[in-house]
Amino acid sequence: MRAQYVLSEVGLGLRRNLTMVVAVILVTFVSLTFVGAAGLLQMQVGKLKDQWYGKVEVSVFLCPTGSTVANCASGKATEAQVDDLRDLLASDDVAPFVQKATFESQDEAFKEFQQRYPDGYDGTQLTADDMQASFRIKLTDPSEYEVVADVLTGRPGVEYVEDERRVFDSLFLAMNRASALAAGLAVVMLVAAVLLTTTTIRLSAMNRRRETEIMRLVGASNWFVHLPFMLEGAISAVVGAGLAVGGLWLGVKYVVDDWLAQSVTWAPYVTQRDVLTLAPALVGIAILLAVVASGVTLRRYTRV
Amino acid sequence: MIRFEDVTKVYTRGARPALDDVAVDIERGEFVFLVGQSGSGKSTFLKLVLREERPTGGRVFVAGRDLSSLSSWRVPQLRRQIGVVFQDFRLLPNKTVQENVAFAMQVIGEPRHAIRLRVPEVLELVGLDGKEKRHPEELSGGEQQRVAIARAMVNRPQILLADEPTGNLDPTTSLGITRLLDRINRNGTTIVMATHDDEMVDELRKRVIELKDGEVVRDESRGVYGSER
Repeated sequence: MRAQYVLSEVGLGLRRNLTMVVAVILVTFVSLTFVGAAGLLQMQVGKLKDQWYGKVEVSVFLCPTGSTVANCASGKATEAQVDDLRDLLASDDVAPFVQKATFESQDEAFKEFQQRYPDGYDGTQLTADDMQASFRIKLTDPSEYEVVADVLTGRPGVEYVEDERRVFDSLFLAMNRASALAAGLAVVMLVAAVLLTTTTIRLSAMNRRRETEIMRLVGASNWFVHLPFMLEGAISAVVGAGLAVGGLWLGVKYVVDDWLAQSVTWAPYVTQRDVLTLAPALVGIAILLAVVASGVTLRRYTRV
Repeated sequence: MIRFEDVTKVYTRGARPALDDVAVDIERGEFVFLVGQSGSGKSTFLKLVLREERPTGGRVFVAGRDLSSLSSWRVPQLRRQIGVVFQDFRLLPNKTVQENVAFAMQVIGEPRHAIRLRVPEVLELVGLDGKEKRHPEELSGGEQQRVAIARAMVNRPQILLADEPTGNLDPTTSLGITRLLDRINRNGTTIVMATHDDEMVDELRKRVIELKDGEVVRDESRGVYGSER
């Protein structure tokens, strides 16, 4: 009896306020799509970081002959300087940050170069003397780059320290900005969604003023009076969330899977599975939104 | 059944109190007329019994409960012991007579078979058998009030509050309604009826509590409407 009654009331409420309900669904849909897009961008950044940061190294380039950097004024890095640096990397202060450090001599660098460019670079044949000796350091935690860089920069024989992560930083910066933008729009849309849900529930409560008044007088419990309204809000919000999940799923399928992943193959991408991972959070946000909106409204309009 | 201990109700601070130090004791099974001019505090009295309002001072007891210490989630339980009818009937226009009465049982979660059994019973009690399928607008004022009384009584409350139940009805119909209330009272329900209807009060000779500017100015058993008589 209870369930049947509540459901029929919910159905009635949804039909009576159809235009408002559709508006709530659409606004929730758009706002949660932005939330989801922000989430997916963050996941994408995470995936790229996982893959690239594991591979990148900090390179400590040693002074070559004829460098214009002040620290290299005394000319090419000497054997003794290289040994000092090796000791430094193995010392107690630095060692915990370093997972692995390898020395690449000019000859080794040249071999590597020849493999990569067998026909010479840009039409010029280079020799081992044009190469630069370096330490390749793999860090225990890539985010501790500054510590290692500070210790090494300016040491005798060191020309400059380069973190290969820098190369990706601008890409990540762009992606983080895009995701912040999406999140910002999502917040604005969520506020609109809450306001719209509030108005819809209020309208619904006004429509059923007589019923609720009688319910109160004959002693219907609070939840019984409130439940139909809360369910109305929750159903619209969840439908909106469902549409958002569907939209993101299709977006990932057509934009990422069928296009990006086909044309730019060297990077890992978010998948439709990631959208499904995100889905419970989106539905959760939708329900939370509906509960907040109806809680605020019902407290004021159907007071016992 | 209903006891007011020095109850004062002030709606807006500094204004004249709607009820001023009212002490009243209504026993189980009594029939009480609450009389007095508009603004004398009758409606406030009924609202305090229903705990729609809370007293500014003093204490209200209803059906053994101290309403000042009753937590708000228990209020629905209290209201299930109290039936209410109003001058304007307050029926749901889109529901039939039968559905209007059943509504009061549905919303407190009574099972369907109980509703099917009880609704015809209470409609017969108020003399509306045969009009179950009508809508409120197809009924006369007196009949509509009977529907409202049936709805108020369907959950077998111990107390029935009536706020000017005959205010919109002609004298003959009013008498019919009051006789119905009297009959319900004889079955054991305590009735408090706020009214302006002097003929009714004079004819029934029940206990009369008269309020004036929020104070009890008269409380007599077997009283009449006007105090000057």
